Amino acid sequence: MIYVLYFITYGFLLTVAIGLLTSWIDRKVTARVQYRVGPPILQPLIDIIKLLGKETLIPKGASKSTFLMAPVVGFASAILVSTILWVNNITSAHTYLGDLVVVIYLLTIPSISIIMGGFASRNPLASLGASREMKLILSYELPFVLAVLVPVIKSGFSLRLATILGYQLQNGAVATGLSGVLALIVAIFCIQAKLGLVPFDIPEAETEIVSGPLVEYSGPGLALYKLMKNMLLFILPFFLIIIFMGGLHFDAISIVKYVGLVALVTVIRNTNPRVRIDQAVRFFWGPMTFLAALAVALALTGR
Amino acid sequence: MSLKLKALLKSPWVFHLSTGSCNNCDIEILDCLTPRFDIERFGMLLAGSIKHADVLLVTGSCNRQSVIRLKRLYEQMPKPCLVVAVGECSLSRGMFIHSYNCPLPLDKIIPVDVYIPGCPPKPEAIIAGVVKLIEKVKKDKLSEKTKKAK
Repeated sequence: MIYVLYFITYGFLLTVAIGLLTSWIDRKVTARVQYRVGPPILQPLIDIIKLLGKETLIPKGASKSTFLMAPVVGFASAILVSTILWVNNITSAHTYLGDLVVVIYLLTIPSISIIMGGFASRNPLASLGASREMKLILSYELPFVLAVLVPVIKSGFSLRLATILGYQLQNGAVATGLSGVLALIVAIFCIQAKLGLVPFDIPEAETEIVSGPLVEYSGPGLALYKLMKNMLLFILPFFLIIIFMGGLHFDAISIVKYVGLVALVTVIRNTNPRVRIDQAVRFFWGPMTFLAALAVALALTGR
Repeated sequence: MSLKLKALLKSPWVFHLSTGSCNNCDIEILDCLTPRFDIERFGMLLAGSIKHADVLLVTGSCNRQSVIRLKRLYEQMPKPCLVVAVGECSLSRGMFIHSYNCPLPLDKIIPVDVYIPGCPPKPEAIIAGVVKLIEKVKKDKLSEKTKKAK
């Protein structure tokens, strides 16, 4: 029963609100970096409302049910993962063993829903974007999981988010140690790719393949995808804060942690050009995997 | 005015189509995105795909080859949507008025909401045109309401 409460209030309403606000911060910072004024604060919300009111077009020859289901699947998994994270962040009483594994799986499903939608829409550009997204998943999952292993090792091989949080409450955040810092750097690059922001926005590349897997979506389907991406813009930094920086509380330090992480992601996005898919795979399987493996080795020796 | 239309006017995403223009109007449209004019202040974005767009900006003289594509794009655009004609060519075919290749002006092919004259129009003129478009849609809805009330 308590999960239903968390599901509606924290998992859906609060996450959507913070996600939309974060999306506005992202757009505003981007505009300021480019010496522009930028959109008003309610702009992301207005975009979503507008898209919900538009017509849904289903391309001829597309797989209709998959095309319509894909955004719902991604959106649902985003709500679910934010619920699990909030429950862990607020109280450790209702958590269970192995929720870290569940969270890692659920964080992959939004990308998979984008792939499903792209392939179902029977558009060559969408298929190209979906195949690039698939390669991107293959490239960033390995360093991401290795980086997540560091807090697991630090907290005495616990796969439970509440135990990791409890460990950090007593011994200080994971990111204060050398291995924690290395793992955090790797994880920030991985969430950049998970969010599909600029150095790794290869699947969506506006200027070469229009908007990739989302090219055929219009109206409510597109609104759900946009909302899902805005929520992920909150959920992924939130996940990193939980496992590396000791969780979010309702105080000033937490706001600094969260806004700092988001601003870092935005600045990386604004100061880099888009890489090719082969460069991205080489980047993640080469230096990033090496760094993550080094962090794991350091964590095993207790640094 | 309905919430749907209100939100549409607050975040019109623009799809930009050239039906055989000399590219001057297209460059002026891109000027609107630069720091000097910054139409993102009003929530406008350039959409890459026609399925994401709310406003179709048409430049150029609608030649025989592009008319087919123009009609297809108009049909693919999710409704409710708006059409803006930018530049002399799409308004009245400009210097191509006697050309064998440009049989019809834009508003004889698809319904047009706002005309922005100029060869090419300045970015200020384009922004002023979009403001007129927003006011026109608001006024239309208001007059419909008063008609219903009567």
